[in-house]
Amino acid sequence: MYILNRRRFLQVGSLASATLLMPKFLKAFETGALVPPGNKVLVIVQLSGGNDGLNTIIPYRNDIYYRSRPALGIRREAALSLNDDLGIHPALQGLKALYDDGAMGILNNVGYPNPDRSHFRSMDIWHSASQSAEIWNDGWVGRYLDAQCNGCDKPTQALEIDDTLSLALKGEHNKGLALTDPGRLSNTSNDRFFKELLQQHVVEDEHHNVEYLYKTMGETISSATYIQQQFKTYQSKESYPATELGRNMRIIANLIMSDINTKVYYVSHGSFDTHVNQQDQQARLFKQLSDALTVFTGDLKKNNRFQDVMVMTFSEFGRRVSQNASGGTDHGTANNMFLIGGDLKRQGVLNEGPDLMNLKDGDLQYKVDFKSVYATLLDKWLGADDKMILKADYAKLDFI
Amino acid sequence: MPVVAKKLEMQHLAWRAGFGETLPVISGWEKRRRKEMVHKVLTGPKHAAFESVDVINATDLPDYKRAKDMTEEQRKTVREMNTQGIKDLNVAWMNMMQKSEHPLREKMSLFWHGHFACRTQNVLFNQQLIGVIRENALGNFGDLLTAVSKSPAMLQFLNNQQNRKQHPNENFAREVMELFTMGRGHYAEADIKEAARAFTGWGFDADGQFVFREKQHDDGVKNIFGKSGRYNGDDVLKLLLEQQQTATYITTKIFRYFVDDNPDDTLIQSLSGKFYQSGYDIKTLMREIFMADWFYDSKYIGNRIKSPVELLVGIRRTIPMAFEQEETMLVFQRILGQVLFYPPNVAGWPGGRNWIDSSSLMFRMRVPQVILYSQVLNVRPKELTPEMGDGGNYKMTLQINDFLKKQFAKKVNARINWEPYLQGFSDIPRENLADAIAGALLQQPGNVRKNLLEKYADTSSREGYIKTVTIDVMSTPEYQLC
Repeated sequence: MYILNRRRFLQVGSLASATLLMPKFLKAFETGALVPPGNKVLVIVQLSGGNDGLNTIIPYRNDIYYRSRPALGIRREAALSLNDDLGIHPALQGLKALYDDGAMGILNNVGYPNPDRSHFRSMDIWHSASQSAEIWNDGWVGRYLDAQCNGCDKPTQALEIDDTLSLALKGEHNKGLALTDPGRLSNTSNDRFFKELLQQHVVEDEHHNVEYLYKTMGETISSATYIQQQFKTYQSKESYPATELGRNMRIIANLIMSDINTKVYYVSHGSFDTHVNQQDQQARLFKQLSDALTVFTGDLKKNNRFQDVMVMTFSEFGRRVSQNASGGTDHGTANNMFLIGGDLKRQGVLNEGPDLMNLKDGDLQYKVDFKSVYATLLDKWLGADDKMILKADYAKLDFI
Repeated sequence: MPVVAKKLEMQHLAWRAGFGETLPVISGWEKRRRKEMVHKVLTGPKHAAFESVDVINATDLPDYKRAKDMTEEQRKTVREMNTQGIKDLNVAWMNMMQKSEHPLREKMSLFWHGHFACRTQNVLFNQQLIGVIRENALGNFGDLLTAVSKSPAMLQFLNNQQNRKQHPNENFAREVMELFTMGRGHYAEADIKEAARAFTGWGFDADGQFVFREKQHDDGVKNIFGKSGRYNGDDVLKLLLEQQQTATYITTKIFRYFVDDNPDDTLIQSLSGKFYQSGYDIKTLMREIFMADWFYDSKYIGNRIKSPVELLVGIRRTIPMAFEQEETMLVFQRILGQVLFYPPNVAGWPGGRNWIDSSSLMFRMRVPQVILYSQVLNVRPKELTPEMGDGGNYKMTLQINDFLKKQFAKKVNARINWEPYLQGFSDIPRENLADAIAGALLQQPGNVRKNLLEKYADTSSREGYIKTVTIDVMSTPEYQLC
């Protein structure tokens, strides 16, 4: 009853290896390296769910911290020392090593004015880079694509390692591509029926949305082929952790080393929404993060690409200063960000730690607007017009 | 203006004012006058009583007044009832869209559901809100606005429970002006502040009933839009409806949803004028649109991107089906970016091209195959996060995420009733079948070539042929449009 005709289904759904379709940009790729050596790459790691920054970078000389968190506070002896005032969560050993190597910058008190404590709204604000009272339907990486790739034949400049695409990667005219498995993306889009549809399509004028759909479909199919080709050219020999993040970082490493034209990679890790029983959950997720990034950065170093890569971590908000009654923390505001790479101009702890003396309604007050971090990365790392993309002029920071 | 065939005209009406109709239904419509059909679409079947999509009674849930005294076990039960209830509500409404004999009511409700975007994890609040939206969807906008504004769901979502004389909370007043009535830029910050004072005291009790708390109400004189008085919340809504801008804003949004992404200023001006003069009668506005010759201009036909819910309901209306686990619909909604009762933010779903990116488009084109060939989904949706910010609904969201995760590797088992669909094509000769199917399913059938459909069709039987051609036509970019 369900399967009406197995044979026909296999025919329609079957994969054709022949490249039926050869858009002009693929022909261009064939002629040789399009990507200049030393292609600067940004890897964004989203810590979903609101990571508790105070237990990430620990103010272990601060009495208020321990008073507010009698059970949750991480003891000075347990934290890994960064300097006299601050330590890092014990599960982040790999990040501590990167810090010691001068390959990590830590930015404290990052946030935005009038913080919103709802996950979905705050995440939207981080993704779109809007003010907290504004609702924008496109994301900052998407607008970067709009600025850099309008009319260009390389729609693989931003990739999200996921099944669905985040708002951050959606521009008005250009969008990033989401994939969990370069092989599988290609399988779906290699579907013969889809390819033939594309071939038989004649451009017509009146219905702009038909053209938009065919353009998106065409780009997806050709990008999928390109990504798969590139993906095959390099297979990492490192043993990445057998976690979802480990698997995703391996895909990113393979693609970076393949000299694909991708400039921005996006990956999520979580959930850090630790209202209850925070300690175990945060430690487990941190170990996964630390282990994956350790292998990833090691892989890049061995291949002499670490200086071309910048990893940025963020979360939609930090948690409240005080622990709650269930061994967890509730939604807060300002938070810390990690910047990891082989070419940091400034390393280590980049600014003052959390100011627990000046809380607002029990929450940390932000000192650095996250949009300044975006502006810095867009301008100094990706060489893009940050003012146009962010629709405002934010002060640049000096870590690059 | 290029004239289109009557059949295409009626299909256009069926899609824009609903979720599409089958070939036999359209053939029936084709023989009637436009005026007659528009009237039928607007009023629904004669003598049909209003059918609710309720899934739970207030008495089914434990007494909320006792929430503080509940044991952990009881709290857990309440959470589970809420989680399951919201899933059931989603499924019940989807089923209503599929089977309804008055699809415009559901289509219009889907529009208002996005317009009055709201998130609450309380199943009763959700049920009550969707109830007033569906009842007033084609009634008077003022009544609808008032009912929604007084719903516990909205009062909770927009923090009006915290709006008190001594400490006004402006969130509710701001969104009522910015999103529900006038739109940004047509009022001053001072108007919001004053309106917020007027809304003080609006709240709800533990039974989920609207209450006016007189002691928390600011009874002083307020100045709004250049007028002054001892206004209360009802007065503010009246003032907002008096503003012609409210009619313009609502009409523009309706135009974008029912006609085209690019609003035509001249048409909007004329439509909103009539809407305003009618005292905000929604049916009058919709009749204006569906009766107009310009509505059937070929530039509007087949140029609108279906929302994920429209796409899914459209497939199900064309070919009746039931799912072994109806909750699978939530996974489809999640992957495609539109989960009922979970709008992305206070502004609702942006719609149009925002529905489309590489992954969502490729998945949309796979949907008919996944359902009709009973395939494994193989797409993991992004996690939901709890919304309310207090952590109270944390476990419930984890449960939903868990459910979504489990679904991802499962086969989508639908019980598909092909019979009525196949029957619809019984009079059509074999050589015309491919064109007839494409013509019934697509608003721009000429784009998909017959020889391509033939090539991938199962030619061993007539039935197999119709089925395979149908699935392929549904897998095209054109099918994403209506």
